[in-house]
Amino acid sequence: MTIERTSEQSRQQRRAITGRKPSLLASRRFVDQFRSAAAHCILIAAGITFLIPFLWMLSTSLKTNLEVVAWPPVWIPHPPLWSNYPKSLTFAPFGTYTVNTAIIVGGSLLGTLISCPLVAYGFSRIEWRGRDIAFFIYLSTLMLPYQVTMIPLFIAFKHLGWVGTFLPLIVPSFFGHVFYVFLLRQFFLTIPLELSDAGRIDGAGELTIFTRIMLPLVRPALAVVALFAFLASYRDFIGPLIYLQDDSQFTISLGLQAFQREHFTEWQLLMAASTVTVLPIIILFFLAQRTFIQGIALTGVKG
Amino acid sequence: MGTTSERLTVPRRPGGAAQRRNLVVGLLFISPAIIGFFAFTMYPVVAALYYSLTSYNILQPPTFVGLDNYRRLLFNDSDFWVSITNTLYMVVIGLPITLVLDLLIAFLLNLKLRGMSIYRTLIYLPSILPSVATAVVWLFLLNPNYGLIDGALGVLGLPQPGWLLDPSWSKPALIMVSLWASGGMVLIYLAGLQDVPTELLEAAELDGADSIQRTWHVTVPMVTPVVFFNLIIGMIGYFQYFTEAYVMTRGTGSNAIAGDPAGSTLFYAIYLFQNAFDFFKMGYASAQAWILFWLVVVFTVIIFRSSSLWVYYRGRN
Repeated sequence: MTIERTSEQSRQQRRAITGRKPSLLASRRFVDQFRSAAAHCILIAAGITFLIPFLWMLSTSLKTNLEVVAWPPVWIPHPPLWSNYPKSLTFAPFGTYTVNTAIIVGGSLLGTLISCPLVAYGFSRIEWRGRDIAFFIYLSTLMLPYQVTMIPLFIAFKHLGWVGTFLPLIVPSFFGHVFYVFLLRQFFLTIPLELSDAGRIDGAGELTIFTRIMLPLVRPALAVVALFAFLASYRDFIGPLIYLQDDSQFTISLGLQAFQREHFTEWQLLMAASTVTVLPIIILFFLAQRTFIQGIALTGVKG
Repeated sequence: MGTTSERLTVPRRPGGAAQRRNLVVGLLFISPAIIGFFAFTMYPVVAALYYSLTSYNILQPPTFVGLDNYRRLLFNDSDFWVSITNTLYMVVIGLPITLVLDLLIAFLLNLKLRGMSIYRTLIYLPSILPSVATAVVWLFLLNPNYGLIDGALGVLGLPQPGWLLDPSWSKPALIMVSLWASGGMVLIYLAGLQDVPTELLEAAELDGADSIQRTWHVTVPMVTPVVFFNLIIGMIGYFQYFTEAYVMTRGTGSNAIAGDPAGSTLFYAIYLFQNAFDFFKMGYASAQAWILFWLVVVFTVIIFRSSSLWVYYRGRN
């Protein structure tokens, strides 16, 4: 309220100085409403632009061969060919793909949630010499392009006989991941020292403090890590591309790409498969919106 | 985080015993990361350096060739330079476009208008979808014959580019796709915008600044750290650009070389991948990987150095 008035005053000051009467076009209300309408228009246009690929994907997935290539474009196919879905899911074994993805994603999620909180705790709640330097070195690995480690790791896994299994995609997650450790450490650092000290006074071992006191307190951050780790694993393409060799091992992402390679003209089937791929993420987003937003905030740029 | 001297004293064992205990316990807690660091970072980085000095096709033991791989890459391999040019195109043209457009979108999303959460959802959702799905959908959208985009352009009487089939339009097409999926960057900008202290904006308004002046003189400087963050992340991402290009322009046979048309989408990461996993030239590809590493380091240093010129940190300057 105060701001309104002082802006009014400054407007009147300006008027007094320049001696001009403001016209209707220059009046504040008109400009504000015009701006607001213009913003709405741009937003709606942008929103539609972002929405169209989704709608088109869904719409095409229900078309016949002829409707797919029809012009003007058919938006609502008559009748909607729901059979495209079971058809596409049998052309390629998407059921198997889903199971494979579930195993890989589940496994790496487990590894991440076990290792990252432990590591983050060690980097934040215990005072030890060289800790912060060690963390800085650890953090710097974020800058490393994955291509540098990709080839030697493949060679090493090949010698171990792990190529063609899920292991290379799951095992590394049990050893922490810099980004999630960073996130969790930020969160751990906000917890008052007194809580740890209270535990230590009571004679609790560090692990007990960790599990009984700290973990429950960082649940929101754990949810964010779980969400992002899930997404990263689900979306992963290069990992499965390198390490999975037989069709029966493919993940959903890899399977979709293989499907596209073979059936690249059957757009309605491709769109149906894409929709199926994308649907879990959309549902997940609506269920976990708050966690997403928390995650972005935590990624936070405060240095 | 308080220092030891500020805390209420907890009775501790005297001398270095407590410190040693803390050191051991601390290291124990981070032991998975220590193992991970050495096994999945340090070892591969050193091994990649070694392999880059060899010729290695996995089936036979590596043979030492010294700097031959680097020599061939830099002086004898036109595809290498094509891949560098294509990748730099994305970094030097695609990245600024993405950075600026995303910031503008974030400004829009920061307005207090109705239905804002719907817009935010629409803009963010594409960024969390599997890239393969995005690639497949856009492959259809960009199809010159049946695609929606060329169809719409045709209706408007505008020229209809061949997009992914046309060497001059393939990279712009990929930039478009990448923009559609850049919602994460928008939200990070948004968080930064919402962090701009309202007192400063109010003070500026009191001083008679209109909203454009306020934006330019207050909001933009306050937001430069976020721009810096997105710039670094975006640069690193574009240098490693792979999946969309691989899926969308790989061609249809298993032996088809990505980089149709006419090598215009042969990006660094794709060429590297081909050398390693299609041609099994592990040493050669390792040399490529190391060159990429230095390329990223150089660009990062340049951006960091330049940051003092244009990034404004609160409470420091």
